[in-house]
Amino acid sequence: MAKIRIPTPLRAFTDGAASIEVDGGTVGEALDSLVAQHPELRDHLFQEEELRSFVNIFIGEEDIRFLQGLDTEINAADSLRIIPSIAGGRG
Amino acid sequence: MNSLHERTAELNKDEVKRYSRHVIMPEVGIEGQRRLKASAVLLIGTGGLGSPLALYLAAAGIGRIGLVDYDVVDFSNLQRQVIHGVSTVGASKLDSAAARMLDLNPDIEVVKYNEPLTSENAERIFSEDWDIVIDGTDNFPTRYLVNDACVKLGLPNVYGSIFRFEGQLSVFHAAAGPCYRCMFPEPPPPGLVPSCAEGGVLGILPGTIGTMQATEAIKLLLGIGEPMIGRMLLYDALEMSFHTIKVRKDPACPVCGIPRENVELLDYEQFCGMPAHDHSEFSAVDDSDSAEIQSVTVHDVKAALDNGDDILVIDVRDPHEWDISAIAGTVRLPKPDIQLAKNGIQAGRRLWEETVLRAVPRDKTLYLHCRSGVRSADSIAFLSEIGYDLDNMFNVEGGILAWADEIDPAMPKY
Repeated sequence: MAKIRIPTPLRAFTDGAASIEVDGGTVGEALDSLVAQHPELRDHLFQEEELRSFVNIFIGEEDIRFLQGLDTEINAADSLRIIPSIAGGRG
Repeated sequence: MNSLHERTAELNKDEVKRYSRHVIMPEVGIEGQRRLKASAVLLIGTGGLGSPLALYLAAAGIGRIGLVDYDVVDFSNLQRQVIHGVSTVGASKLDSAAARMLDLNPDIEVVKYNEPLTSENAERIFSEDWDIVIDGTDNFPTRYLVNDACVKLGLPNVYGSIFRFEGQLSVFHAAAGPCYRCMFPEPPPPGLVPSCAEGGVLGILPGTIGTMQATEAIKLLLGIGEPMIGRMLLYDALEMSFHTIKVRKDPACPVCGIPRENVELLDYEQFCGMPAHDHSEFSAVDDSDSAEIQSVTVHDVKAALDNGDDILVIDVRDPHEWDISAIAGTVRLPKPDIQLAKNGIQAGRRLWEETVLRAVPRDKTLYLHCRSGVRSADSIAFLSEIGYDLDNMFNVEGGILAWADEIDPAMPKY
């Protein structure tokens, strides 16, 4: 099964888990599998059926926006990452 | 990668000695050190990231270093802002940082901008002959502003950002690669990502990321190595893992996809829907939403609890904060749980009585508190979205910090 790495800001919605194993042959199916396991993540990742514009999904080092988006095919050995927008630093 | 400029400045005998560990390396050499002396770097923020940046860039002999900040040193800054000290608590961060930098290296010049960076002053400040801008800010509006102003003026932006145990590093230089907006076209909505003041940060993390930003700045100035242009480093301190991803230039980027002279600086607080500055006098955000939220003082809360009034006091802080300090007689319900319950109810996935909110009657008077009063106000807004009456809800001004100041001086503050 492919894995999705969960960034710190979203771990509040995965019971603290940093990595979740998911089913599916595409990025979209993998995210569906993730959201099925942790329904509270849905609002943070999707606006209706569309991925929210500030949510960045990477396979390895590639941004899925420059592959085939949610239709990008994945295999069981792939590692997906959700890259969060974080802003801390001065305070 | 070519150097950003070809200027050089002579080094005197003492300076050659000071920088001897640099000049003996062929990648730097005497020429590279002269170039660093003729270089100018602008740091936005002298806090967590700015502390190691300012110290190492001063030590490395960057001839002119600009600092933009308007804050004063607070005791709770010292857990991570190592350029400051107990002796400068209460002083301006600029004066505190500049004094330490000049103590470390009196041969450099420190230029102080004691003002919040805004759309009105960014172009003036950025135009004062800087080679590089380094983003050490702590909020989305200022990060978008720094990016857009750098694109407009053709400056490289050495980006670093931190949250809890995670950090990000990149170099956004639109002339040679993508900008911040290519990667993050829009900010997340307010409330979705907590700030470091709310979410916390490992004190060493800005040290790790800030020193890497300083490294990138030196590489760019010397024209050596592979800069982080078009790449982003993701650092996880708990896993002690480093992962690099590609950041691609978006041809349709609304900022770096157009001629740079056409880039216009926006009202970034409006764009992000959140204030850029925790000092409200600098904030232009219309807080008419929060104006509808009523408030009470900690003395009102104390009186109500002592009198046994028919009210509910709700502590919306996170559970680990309850271990630090708590007011007796409160119901504990973290803000994220309230937000989740609200989202679930709004989306029709949950009934009210299936959520944590079943413990919060809709017809009771509610006093909500957090650490300082921000999260409790957000929580009241969430509750009002799902039918709780704003007339029955009160935000406790100043939160538990005010309680510690005015009711229970023995209570620890954090």
